[in-house]
Amino acid sequence: MNDYQYDHQTVKGFIVSSIFWGVVGILIGLWISIQLWKPELNIPPFFTYGRLRVVHTNGLAFGLGIGAIFGISYYIVMRLTKRPLLFPKLARFHLYLFNVAIALAAVSLFMGMNQSLEYAELEWPLDIGVVILWVIFAVNVFGTIIKRKEEQMYISLWYIIATVVAVAVLYIVNNITVPAGLFKSYSVFAGVNSANVQWWYGHNAVGFIFTTPILAMFYYFLPKSTGLPIFSHRLSIIAFWSLVFAYLWTGAHHLVYTPLPDWIQTLGIVFTLFLIAPSWGSVVNGYYTVGSDWSKMQTNYLTKFFIMGITFYGLQTVQGPTQAIRVVSSLIHYTDWVPGHVHMGTMGWVTMTVAASVYYIIPKIYNTEIYSIKVANTHFWLVLIGQVMFSVTMWITGIQQGALWKATNADGSLKYTFMEGLVKNYPFWQLRTVAGLIFTVGMLFFIYNIYMTMRKGKAPAASQA
Amino acid sequence: MAGEIYRKPIMFAIVAAVVILIGTIATVFFPMFTEGMHPKLENLKPYTALQLAGKDIYQREGCNNCHTQTVRPLKTEVMRYGDYSKAGEFTYDRPFLWGSKRTGPDLARIGGKYPDAWHHNHFENPQSFFKESNMPKYGWLKDSRLDPVDMEVHMKVNGFPYTKEEIADLSSKTELDALVAYMQVIGTAVKRAAPAAPGKASSDHEVENPFKNDPKAAALGKDIYDQNCAMCHGTQGEGGIGPSLTDDMFLYIKGDLPDDDYYEVIHNGTEQGKVEEGRTMKGGMPPYGGQLDKNRIWQVISYIRSLQKK
Repeated sequence: MNDYQYDHQTVKGFIVSSIFWGVVGILIGLWISIQLWKPELNIPPFFTYGRLRVVHTNGLAFGLGIGAIFGISYYIVMRLTKRPLLFPKLARFHLYLFNVAIALAAVSLFMGMNQSLEYAELEWPLDIGVVILWVIFAVNVFGTIIKRKEEQMYISLWYIIATVVAVAVLYIVNNITVPAGLFKSYSVFAGVNSANVQWWYGHNAVGFIFTTPILAMFYYFLPKSTGLPIFSHRLSIIAFWSLVFAYLWTGAHHLVYTPLPDWIQTLGIVFTLFLIAPSWGSVVNGYYTVGSDWSKMQTNYLTKFFIMGITFYGLQTVQGPTQAIRVVSSLIHYTDWVPGHVHMGTMGWVTMTVAASVYYIIPKIYNTEIYSIKVANTHFWLVLIGQVMFSVTMWITGIQQGALWKATNADGSLKYTFMEGLVKNYPFWQLRTVAGLIFTVGMLFFIYNIYMTMRKGKAPAASQA
Repeated sequence: MAGEIYRKPIMFAIVAAVVILIGTIATVFFPMFTEGMHPKLENLKPYTALQLAGKDIYQREGCNNCHTQTVRPLKTEVMRYGDYSKAGEFTYDRPFLWGSKRTGPDLARIGGKYPDAWHHNHFENPQSFFKESNMPKYGWLKDSRLDPVDMEVHMKVNGFPYTKEEIADLSSKTELDALVAYMQVIGTAVKRAAPAAPGKASSDHEVENPFKNDPKAAALGKDIYDQNCAMCHGTQGEGGIGPSLTDDMFLYIKGDLPDDDYYEVIHNGTEQGKVEEGRTMKGGMPPYGGQLDKNRIWQVISYIRSLQKK
């Protein structure tokens, strides 16, 4: 039968795990979105906004995001090297360790063990666990690629290799701390310097978790599901190298107008603007790939997921650089505009592309067809509506906040106290919760569809046995 | 030739690593070894054990998810919060706690702005201060005492000087005491400057209240008073955290003062040791000059006068 059976179990395990952590992360996201306009929902000590927010971000970035990245990358690597994973048992161990680590991470964050570094909140014992997870992944990925049966490495493999290399450098450096007990540590970096290290890490977590591995999926599954070859190999080469080069310079755009030395801020802004080019290299490549036969948008239900995903990526990578410009930053930084921006990337680009990849993989593994294209289409429209409504709502309230904070009277004094500005957010924050609900319902359709496809697939396998 | 690299995974990974490291070295590793990344203000002091315990709690509770600690050098920001943040203020923060989102106000200049009692009461019930605030209640921090053994380790790891007595004293303090102590030290290495609204010095106002005995102004003043003053001076001006406004003591000495001095105190706040009309201030009143324009300050005074007549 299938030579890859064992490895497929691991791929499937990661996908199911990532969906599970995704549900946890999304539900907590809904909860904290309500806390913002209904503070009674803060339940100390474990469930206040300050603790839950990091469970939300870590649960989704590490649980849903990295879980999906590990599993789907294994799938892609096996296919592109035309061989099973070099260490299948290690991959299985990887899956178990991943789930243990995410569970412990969630518990530790509920307990308030928090390094206060965004997207690197986990305390040092868990950091060691995360590094082990990535080392295991790297060993298997590199080992399998080295022993590959296909000489040429396809684009997706470049992105997976770059992800492993960059994450190693970023994660280790930003998490160097001096332990002060098992559950507490102090960074070796202080003040301005620590800010610079953190946002170099923070922005490249976006670059090498929410971008490069997702592009690996995009470049693999778009041609696979449509049957259309990638438009330009040369363009993908240029886009790849300029992306991985430029990303590392840009972290300081998170620190515009802070006491960070001005030259680092300016350099960060300049490279951020440049980043539009390589990002759009992939966007253009995606559009022109489908451009050779737009009827695929109607005949193949997955095409629209990929095209909408890459469209959000394109919007995201224009909006991001715009925000880096000092004059724009002065208005929207520290406001709700920024969560609006981030969620377009995560709910739009990342989740859309990951879901489409899962739609492709699960029927393949089970040797069946997707349970229902109709349900997949409902999922698509609900997450699209939920996501757009979420981001637009946040952009409006962000601009409003920024403007109220800046508003002055004729004599130069401030027009609004902080509270007068805050209360104007409430209707928007309520609307955002509604948007999140719509998105969540869309994701439930997705989960139902995957579950039913698995059930459908299991039946013949069992009867054969 | 160049195409070779796509057939050699190890070579590919090495080249990718080099490409990734160029920007990293230029913007992160290189600056680390320059003086500009390690500045320190002369009068910045290491945290005391109690303050550090408070900072640990600030981190544990994720306060930085909603509060920033950096004032940008922008006109309105300096007016709202105080002097813009200086690079040398954060030497003892490992890591920095600037935050990235202001769901609540910036805290970079919170130290010394309000009296301790303000913070204690506000942490316990933010909504009793600002009815529509969305801040969670933190009164439960009163129920846990600090652990001197842990804190000694934390002080050592940070290399902060401490005394045995200071550490032993911690066992009598609650987590809320520590958090308030931390609040009170944030941003205090920079001397508090009077809020400067451009083109408007604090003396640039009428000596007499232009709305004197105007009931409409007093009604407008009530709204401003309820939002900004009532939490400390009481809803009827009877006092609380701050002194009563309806007895005939003003700045701790019997005898009322003219409107002009009311204006002065509301606009600039009180600063310990500063003398106004021969009366020495004790501090504790934050300045409202950046937040309330001239008319709104006079309206509040009208309202206070109407309370005094009751």
